[in-house]
Amino acid sequence: MSSELLTTILQIMESKMDRFEDRPKIKKKVFNVLVECLQNLYHHIDENMDDINTEQNEMNSLFMIAKSDGDYTITTGNYMKPAEVGSLKEKLDLINGMSKEELKEFYKHVLNEGTRSAKGTAGLGMIDIARKSGQELEYEFTPINDNLTFFNLSVRIEE
Amino acid sequence: MENLKLEGSAKTPTVNFDSSKGTLELKGRSIPENSIEFYKPLNDWIDAYAGSPQSSTVVDIKLEYFNTSSSKCILDLFKQLEKLNEKNTQVKVNWYFEEDDEDMAEAGEDYQAIIDLPFEMIEVEEI
Repeated sequence: MSSELLTTILQIMESKMDRFEDRPKIKKKVFNVLVECLQNLYHHIDENMDDINTEQNEMNSLFMIAKSDGDYTITTGNYMKPAEVGSLKEKLDLINGMSKEELKEFYKHVLNEGTRSAKGTAGLGMIDIARKSGQELEYEFTPINDNLTFFNLSVRIEE
Repeated sequence: MENLKLEGSAKTPTVNFDSSKGTLELKGRSIPENSIEFYKPLNDWIDAYAGSPQSSTVVDIKLEYFNTSSSKCILDLFKQLEKLNEKNTQVKVNWYFEEDDEDMAEAGEDYQAIIDLPFEMIEVEEI
């Protein structure tokens, strides 16, 4: 997932949505969630690139978007180190347990108090995805071997 | 001092910072993977402007999309202006959002709650 590929996917998706989606509100939500999901993949791979222990297939990622009955589902997947699963799962569960109002407060808290990584990520991505989607984030961790786990995330956008 | 003008791109907004008018405009979309790099010249410009600002400074935020990487940079920009406000210039923020774009309206409210600057929420048909 390079910056160029990301731009291309976003352009393709945007022109498709311009043709097939006439609800501006939904179009904006889908585009917003797409940006965050794809940039999560990008940053994940970007971080791993600097790590000499990264195996080749760890750099692969998955992206799917489906539309059915007017609702969208955006699915992304990437490999990760099993040691990192715990903290991500904890964060997703915390987000899923929050009401709309709690998510808003949590977002503001992290925005204002949170620190930023050297790459400029602010830890706001998942919170923002959950806010825009308004649905529970569906996720799964599939252990591949001792060194790799596959993480997939599904985000629904409904009217 | 020089004005700051940047043409918008697929991932970055149009920037129009005018020191003689005291107007700072961000327009379009801000979705770069790493926004720190993009926002650095904007922060530097505000630092320079702080030396001899106009009596009133108007900030127009007309964004269609911004990612979470940009949201932190936008907050930093507001924090810079917050320090400037009421010392030698009166700062006002106009937060534009498109009709029915509740997410963008809410994003403006989030900043308004954090930042001690007067905000005006302006609903427009199209940004």
